[in-house]
Amino acid sequence: MIPVSYYLGLSAVLFALGILGVLLRRNPLVLFMSLELMFNAGNLAFVTFARMYGDLAGQLVVFFVMTVAAAEVAVGLALIVAIFRSKHTIDLDEVNSLKG
Amino acid sequence: MLFQEVSQAAPYVSLVPWVVFLPVAGLLINLLIGKRLGEAGAGIIASLASGGAFVVAALLAVSLAGSPEPKSVPFLDWITVGTLNINWAFRVDTLSVTMMLLVAGVGTLIHIYAIGYMHQDTRHNGDPGRFTRFFVYLNLFIASMMILVSADNYLMLFVGWEGVGLCSYLLIGFWFEKGKAGTANAKAAKKAFVVNRVGDFGLLIALFLLFWWFGTFQFDGVFSQVGEVPQAVVMAITLFMLLGVAGKSAQIPLYVWLPDAMAGPTPVSALIHAATMVTAGVYLVARSNQLYAAAPAAQSAVMWVGALTALLAGLIALGQFDIKRVLAFSTISQLGFMVAAVGMGAYVAGMFHLTTHAFFKALLFLSAGSVILGMERGQELAYGGHGSNDHGSVKESHKDGVEGTAHGGPAGHDDFDPQDMRNMGGLRKRMPVTFWVYLIGALALAGIAPLSGFFSKDEILAAALETNAAVLVILILAAFLTAFYMGRQIFMVFFGPTRTRAAGLTGENNPVITVPLIILAVLSFFGGALNLPGMHTMGSWLEHTIAGALETEFMPTLAIAALVVALVGLFLAWMIYGRRPASRPAAADPLYARMTSGFNVLTNQFGIDQAYNTIFIGGYRVLANFLAHPVDQGLIDGAVNGLARLQSAIAQLLRQLQNGFVRSYALILVIGVVAILSYLIFIPR
Amino acid sequence: MPGLPVVFFILAAVAVVTALGMLLSRNTVYSALFLVLNFATVAVLYLMLGAPFVALTQITVYAGSIMVLFLFVILLLGAERLPISDKLGWQPFVAIPLGFILAAEFAFNLFQSTGQIVNVIETPANFGSPASIGELLFSQYILPFETTALVLLAAAVGAIIIAKPERQSPGQAIRRTRAVSSPVPAEAPSAEAKETPAAVQEEALKQN
Repeated sequence: MIPVSYYLGLSAVLFALGILGVLLRRNPLVLFMSLELMFNAGNLAFVTFARMYGDLAGQLVVFFVMTVAAAEVAVGLALIVAIFRSKHTIDLDEVNSLKG
Repeated sequence: MLFQEVSQAAPYVSLVPWVVFLPVAGLLINLLIGKRLGEAGAGIIASLASGGAFVVAALLAVSLAGSPEPKSVPFLDWITVGTLNINWAFRVDTLSVTMMLLVAGVGTLIHIYAIGYMHQDTRHNGDPGRFTRFFVYLNLFIASMMILVSADNYLMLFVGWEGVGLCSYLLIGFWFEKGKAGTANAKAAKKAFVVNRVGDFGLLIALFLLFWWFGTFQFDGVFSQVGEVPQAVVMAITLFMLLGVAGKSAQIPLYVWLPDAMAGPTPVSALIHAATMVTAGVYLVARSNQLYAAAPAAQSAVMWVGALTALLAGLIALGQFDIKRVLAFSTISQLGFMVAAVGMGAYVAGMFHLTTHAFFKALLFLSAGSVILGMERGQELAYGGHGSNDHGSVKESHKDGVEGTAHGGPAGHDDFDPQDMRNMGGLRKRMPVTFWVYLIGALALAGIAPLSGFFSKDEILAAALETNAAVLVILILAAFLTAFYMGRQIFMVFFGPTRTRAAGLTGENNPVITVPLIILAVLSFFGGALNLPGMHTMGSWLEHTIAGALETEFMPTLAIAALVVALVGLFLAWMIYGRRPASRPAAADPLYARMTSGFNVLTNQFGIDQAYNTIFIGGYRVLANFLAHPVDQGLIDGAVNGLARLQSAIAQLLRQLQNGFVRSYALILVIGVVAILSYLIFIPR
Repeated sequence: MPGLPVVFFILAAVAVVTALGMLLSRNTVYSALFLVLNFATVAVLYLMLGAPFVALTQITVYAGSIMVLFLFVILLLGAERLPISDKLGWQPFVAIPLGFILAAEFAFNLFQSTGQIVNVIETPANFGSPASIGELLFSQYILPFETTALVLLAAAVGAIIIAKPERQSPGQAIRRTRAVSSPVPAEAPSAEAKETPAAVQEEALKQN
């Protein structure tokens, strides 16, 4: 049997990679994809724990996460399209009107 | 007798709050509807209020005649905090009733006089609308003075003390926009207030010490505990009180405000600065006699302050040319007599002299006012208000320290001073009534028998003989000077030829002005009957309140010696001023011709006023400048502004966090997450 | 099974490599495709963990619809090349160490408390089957289920509204296209200057 900690370690690595993606990429689409990666890492952890404790609730949570992630992606992409329409660029660094 | 029947019939003692509230009612009525009542109406209301207070005081006196023990009429609870319990209660005893009678009586006469005086004065100064205000202030003064003398405890006394100081300020600066350079009157008022403040500071310290050591402000409470308090404390209290007395009663070193206070209208000078307010200090010492008895050193300090002031002021009065200034310094001198008397323990003599002095000094001031009114009328007739065409008249010179006269207003009046004695002369024929009452007042002041001043001054001298020979010499010298400068004044003003056209056009004033003068003259003439040697009416009257007052025997030799000294003074004055009176105003004072520099010193008040100005006011200005510029602008503003700038700088620094880039915000978020995780993982629980 | 750890490590390696590839790829479409591969790998991992329903849902929803949506938008926006200059040049130098620290902390915590984690336990045969998940979903978690439905509705409506173009009446749209396509000769040079909608509409009005 594969120890649970390996799965959790993988989940941690994927999560860290996702964070790096959020911090380092300027393209909002890639940023969103990194976010999806982070979600995935969390899902993996949940499923691992579900298997560990024999509780199906973990998998149910994953189900919900997926659904809500889908909704969020829809709205987020709509936002990106709207921003592109007004700014004609998708460089995140150009969206800095809230500069203090 | 009638008195006994009346006094047993009704308890008039409970009427005492009316001595305060009748004048208050008067002032309120005048304040609210005075303008509509017209001049006569306002004046009558004010005089009635003052007269009513006199009637109540008389009723109180009648009640006391039957049962002379001190009584206390509580009025309202004022402050009740912890152990501090201060009530407003009225004290009815012989001393306070004496003062009440004096204040209300002389006050009412002056109110009546003021109706006529202010009628002309407001027109001379061009603002008839201010008439009502004068009477509001006068009534306020009477009310405050009544609070002062009827107080049952030191704190209420202080309330009255402050009240009369305020009224003095308001009334001195009545013509606040007039005076030399348009500010002299206001400055005089300010000077009076500030110098009085220095005295009040002393009195306040005394009050603090009183409360701290005695636990109460009530007279009875304080006096019953005098024996239990350390003598050094009582000495401190009485010495600080002396400072207050020096301020209010114009003694050394705080007398400098009184000559400048002559900027106020003459009724003010008569009422406040001759008869009543300045006597508050003497009253305070008389009231606190038990405290002073427990601190003999302080009492002799009082005596010396009084004696030296009497001498100094007498000397300065010689060199003054303004009619009111001579009287002002004379007041300071006579107050010195009174203060010296109470300093010797001769409280009866002091109060007696206080009463007679109120009569003849008020008379003198009011008559001087009458003279001034005549001169002003003459000035308007002679020069029509458009400047002096008289080449010989004395310009309102400022060399002799004539500052703050009330007549520097409209252009054209500036160069003729109606109050300068050198511009007068020969008024005896033109204003006969004024002349005779003035003469009576001057003789009373000089101490000529059988007028009132002779008896009261003699009692003080007798007390001095028993106490301290040096003080006696000083006081006799002061008495000589009194006779001399009063003689000088009489001869310069009333005898000889009229020196200016304005003087030639004066005329007698109307009865509203002359009748109070006549009444006061009668009082000055016969006032000695209050305490004739042998009968000692006032002595036994005051005995009930001031136990153990130094009773003096009448010493004929001393009395005659004093009389001789006064006559010599008058004779000398006649020799110098009366025999060959000057015919031109610019002709120098003969004394001046003989001892020029000495005379100038006297005219300049020994330079004391200027010294005060340089040392205290100048020094204060330097300090204020220092505090204003380097300290306030540099240090404090710098600190506050510096804080603001620091704040700005920090904000600028922190502003860089808000660069608008989502990524950097996310980075900060992640930093936070990592930090918290590290804390949770690595800090052992 | 004896080969299971090997399978796991291969899958894990593929997952990490594809994630890195997604991060580092300059071409956005390549990033999307890498992510799809990553999702597939994770789905297999789910299978290994005894969650068949979740695994297939992952492929259907994530890899199938979400990534397709992503690809649509990428292609719509032209997958632009971003300018080289980076306004936050120092960010990588802070972020990468942070990422390492984060991962290290996770690992540290994980392997610290390994002793307490119970290893994979025996589960019934239908663990993770659609039937068992459905039983749980519609009994105990019915409320979150309905709420999620509402969330989806809101998201759909919101996405439409946000992404809608500017509101114009059909008449205006036609006039606009007409004005743009056939410029009036006399006003040719100024037509570009007055390309604002208001001016164009005024012109169109005047034309009519």
